[in-house]
Amino acid sequence: MTKAIPDVICPFCGTLCDDLEIIVSDDGKKILEVYNACVIGTEKFMHSQATDRVTRPRLQQPDGSWKEISYEEAADYTADVLAKAKKPLMYGWSSTNCEAQSVGNEIAELTRACCDNTAAVCHGTTLIAVQDIGLPSCTLGEVKNRADRVIFWGCNPAHAHPRHMARYSIFPRGFFTGKGQKSRKLIVVDPRVTDTAKMADVHLQIEQGRDYELLNAFRVAFRGEWLPDVVAGIPKEKIYEAAQTLKEGRFVIIFFGMGVTQSLSKNHNIDEAIAVTKDLNDYTKASIMPMRGHYNVTGSGEVFAWQFGFPYSVDLTRGFARYNPGDTSSIDLLARQEVDAVMVIGSDPGAHFPFKCVKEISKVPSVCIDPHLTPTSGVSKLHVPVAFAGVEVGGNAYRMDNVPIDMRKVVEPPAGMLTDEEFLIMVRDRVKKIKGVA
Amino acid sequence: MTEYIIKNGHVFDPVQGIKGDKKDISIKDGKIVDKVGSGAKVIDAKGMTVMAGAVEIHSHIAGPKVNLGRIYRPEDKLFTCTPTKGHERMGGGNSIPTTFKTGYEYAKMGYTTAMEAAMPPMFSRHVHEEIRDTPIIDEGAFPVLGNNWFVMEYLKNNEVENTAAYIAWLLRATKGYAVKVVNPGGTEAWAWGLNCLTVNDPVPYFDITPAEIVKGLIQANEYLGLPHSMHIHPNNLGNPGCYETTLDTLKLAEGFKAKNKFGREQVMHLTHTQFHSYGGDTWANFESKAKEVTDYVNKNKNITIDTGNVTLDETTTMTADGPFEHHLTGLNHLKWANVDVELETAAGVVPYIYSPNISVCAIQWAIGLEIALMSKDPMRCFITTDHPNAGPFTRYPRVIKWLMSTKAREAQVNAFKHKDKVLSATSIGSLDREISLYELAQMTRAGPAKSLGLTSICGGLKPGMDADVAIYNFNPEKPVANPDDIETAFSRCAHVFKSGVEVVTNGEIAATGNKRTLWVNAKVNDNPQVMRDINEKFLKYYSISQANYESLGHHFVPNPFALEVDATHV
Repeated sequence: MTKAIPDVICPFCGTLCDDLEIIVSDDGKKILEVYNACVIGTEKFMHSQATDRVTRPRLQQPDGSWKEISYEEAADYTADVLAKAKKPLMYGWSSTNCEAQSVGNEIAELTRACCDNTAAVCHGTTLIAVQDIGLPSCTLGEVKNRADRVIFWGCNPAHAHPRHMARYSIFPRGFFTGKGQKSRKLIVVDPRVTDTAKMADVHLQIEQGRDYELLNAFRVAFRGEWLPDVVAGIPKEKIYEAAQTLKEGRFVIIFFGMGVTQSLSKNHNIDEAIAVTKDLNDYTKASIMPMRGHYNVTGSGEVFAWQFGFPYSVDLTRGFARYNPGDTSSIDLLARQEVDAVMVIGSDPGAHFPFKCVKEISKVPSVCIDPHLTPTSGVSKLHVPVAFAGVEVGGNAYRMDNVPIDMRKVVEPPAGMLTDEEFLIMVRDRVKKIKGVA
Repeated sequence: MTEYIIKNGHVFDPVQGIKGDKKDISIKDGKIVDKVGSGAKVIDAKGMTVMAGAVEIHSHIAGPKVNLGRIYRPEDKLFTCTPTKGHERMGGGNSIPTTFKTGYEYAKMGYTTAMEAAMPPMFSRHVHEEIRDTPIIDEGAFPVLGNNWFVMEYLKNNEVENTAAYIAWLLRATKGYAVKVVNPGGTEAWAWGLNCLTVNDPVPYFDITPAEIVKGLIQANEYLGLPHSMHIHPNNLGNPGCYETTLDTLKLAEGFKAKNKFGREQVMHLTHTQFHSYGGDTWANFESKAKEVTDYVNKNKNITIDTGNVTLDETTTMTADGPFEHHLTGLNHLKWANVDVELETAAGVVPYIYSPNISVCAIQWAIGLEIALMSKDPMRCFITTDHPNAGPFTRYPRVIKWLMSTKAREAQVNAFKHKDKVLSATSIGSLDREISLYELAQMTRAGPAKSLGLTSICGGLKPGMDADVAIYNFNPEKPVANPDDIETAFSRCAHVFKSGVEVVTNGEIAATGNKRTLWVNAKVNDNPQVMRDINEKFLKYYSISQANYESLGHHFVPNPFALEVDATHV
């Protein structure tokens, strides 16, 4: 007999679906089926079942080969590296639970590290914009129950957040949106004809990098003022029409992604998008929400904020928290060759950072804590495989709308494997010993 | 555990009626006791003031909107960061300090219990994570219910019993402490960009009025016999002329009597009264109506209030009154954050600068003090700053200075740019009352503890109660040379004990104590209809599963302290 575990939380993207059903074998050791999840989520669960998984820490040898070591030795190495470094960088945190993040922050405080999460290369610009102008937002259930105007700007949920549209934004029949998709008008702003754009009522195929101009044009159009014939490649008639559609809505929601946060103008784009939302609130009700990527990047920002006061790129080297993205952010620290040790957890900078920075990770003493083999684990001196958070251990995670959901453990990790939190506690206790703290 | 005996101090304890007499206080196993052995550690409190640990009845210190404030205001950290030191973790922030700093600052001022005043139920796990990371002080959190769909649907049909059953379920699911109401109906209206400005404005779609919500929740609260009463932030906050709405709201409590086993006597707690006591009809003729509001409260014993004193600082306003924050950003044009929460509530955050050079701010400052000075019963009027809305809680010592010294008040009035306007719009100039230390102990200890239903646990120094003790370097026998000495004395305690552990010595953190999360476990008869309704709402309208809604386990509530309520007999 197999067992079905209901209401499982998917530890993949910021949509944080919590309605998965996982079928496990009778002895509870093996995942057999994953229901309700998207293909990526299913793969995340099934991947944990791989038989060729690395289950013990491995230390890179001078000749480039890997030597298996115990978790104790790995914790010794990590503690030693962090405690002795002048300016260690602890990066990642977005694919692990808040419990592990909390222990990591203790280590960072003891070792006076720079702590950063993946917002640094993702929605960090959004956070800067929020610090400039604020953020009128809502939970995803509000979108489901009320939104009749939905904008996807510079994001492609059809591929990046596959169940977002089904669960929250387009298809669900909510309390005041009983006709589901038919009760909503969908506007997609994207230079490409993405699968999301194909579903749109209106696709504004904007010229690449002209988001700020189009957003600004919307604000002009709301006020009925003069616009040039074409803005950002969009004829003015279409802009006036779209602006009117938004003003006539009962509840407008703007979702945005990397297309605006990491393209030309960066945080200024988001400033303007938030200003559009604020303006719309003079006519109707409007909210805006970043499409956060990793399932718990939001949580990492929350934990940083309540413990240190800032959501990302926090520098503790002076003994108190400082925050200055561009100066204290990971890529800049690595590019300037300022850090003398790197610990990466729950993220893969090896695949996403500029090559110069990845090279830097490979040069300094570096530790990668990750269940997978990744480009980062490949260049690090020490790779510590851990249990899959959200599959083999529970813990808290924050959805893209900041709603916290406690993840579920579905199966046991392979015998003898530690979780992120357990390993970090070992490191913390060793760092305390080295530093002579009670 | 170490035993202690505090000798020679001037004790102020309204619970036992002690008014500054020299009396020994003995501590053993976390409790106040009659006697301790000869080996007990002696604390010499000669020339000092000894009170129970203070109780904060209304403060925003943990949860999504507080953290949103931290995230979006890096400038609030400027020059406020504190390094790791001894028992202390790093801290930072002025109006919205980090969780660690929050715990330390409260403890250093002699506070040992604090209530987070607005917990969006869906975010209870977030609130509890922050509470867990706030050291030393005991904390509880009030789930907001005044715009909750279940509540509005039940009360539209006058179903008090169902409302009560839902509240009991919600308190258990969220580990909540009391029934909080913020802008009843108005916040739901805000989901469509609207508001309810009087107690009779119908809520869009739900076809119920704020008055019906308030009355129904009072009834449900008393049906359950919860430790605290319904705790309300009425409609129309912060607008000139809002005192009429406040009086209309207070009148809704008429005829209701408290029913509970905790010694609580009120059925309604009106919070941050200062924000609800404005007259005039524009900002130009804005004036105080503190007298009208306090007169009503003085006459009606089933109401308690807290002040919400403006401290004349730059701060961060945050409230579940979503439409108000939108209104405020329109006034001061500072950055606006908002979160609407499905089926439950909303919240807004806007920074605010209470400048002594702006007449409205100065009048607000006066109104807050008037309310405390005009209140006849200090057991029913408590000091708060509605942290961080009217000012950061770290300014309590300054508020105490203003309340204890007419000289200090005069000095502040004279420093205002629009002094004459303040004096003509308020009666602060003619109030010569000075709050005594005994009254202070009532307003910050015994009073709030009684209102919260914690009389048997904290707020006093009677044997059997928790050993929460604050010792201030303040000699009541000596005349106060300079009012600033009051502020200095109440800023940093000589000693603070929390549950019998010395957590503060000479103003520094000595231990992080044994922090607890207070919550109320109300038992009601099985109610299949309510359970079915809850199930249906989760299936159809919530964006998370019912099974993932609850706050439980070691991570969220590592050290719970449940107050048990049995409402099954009703």
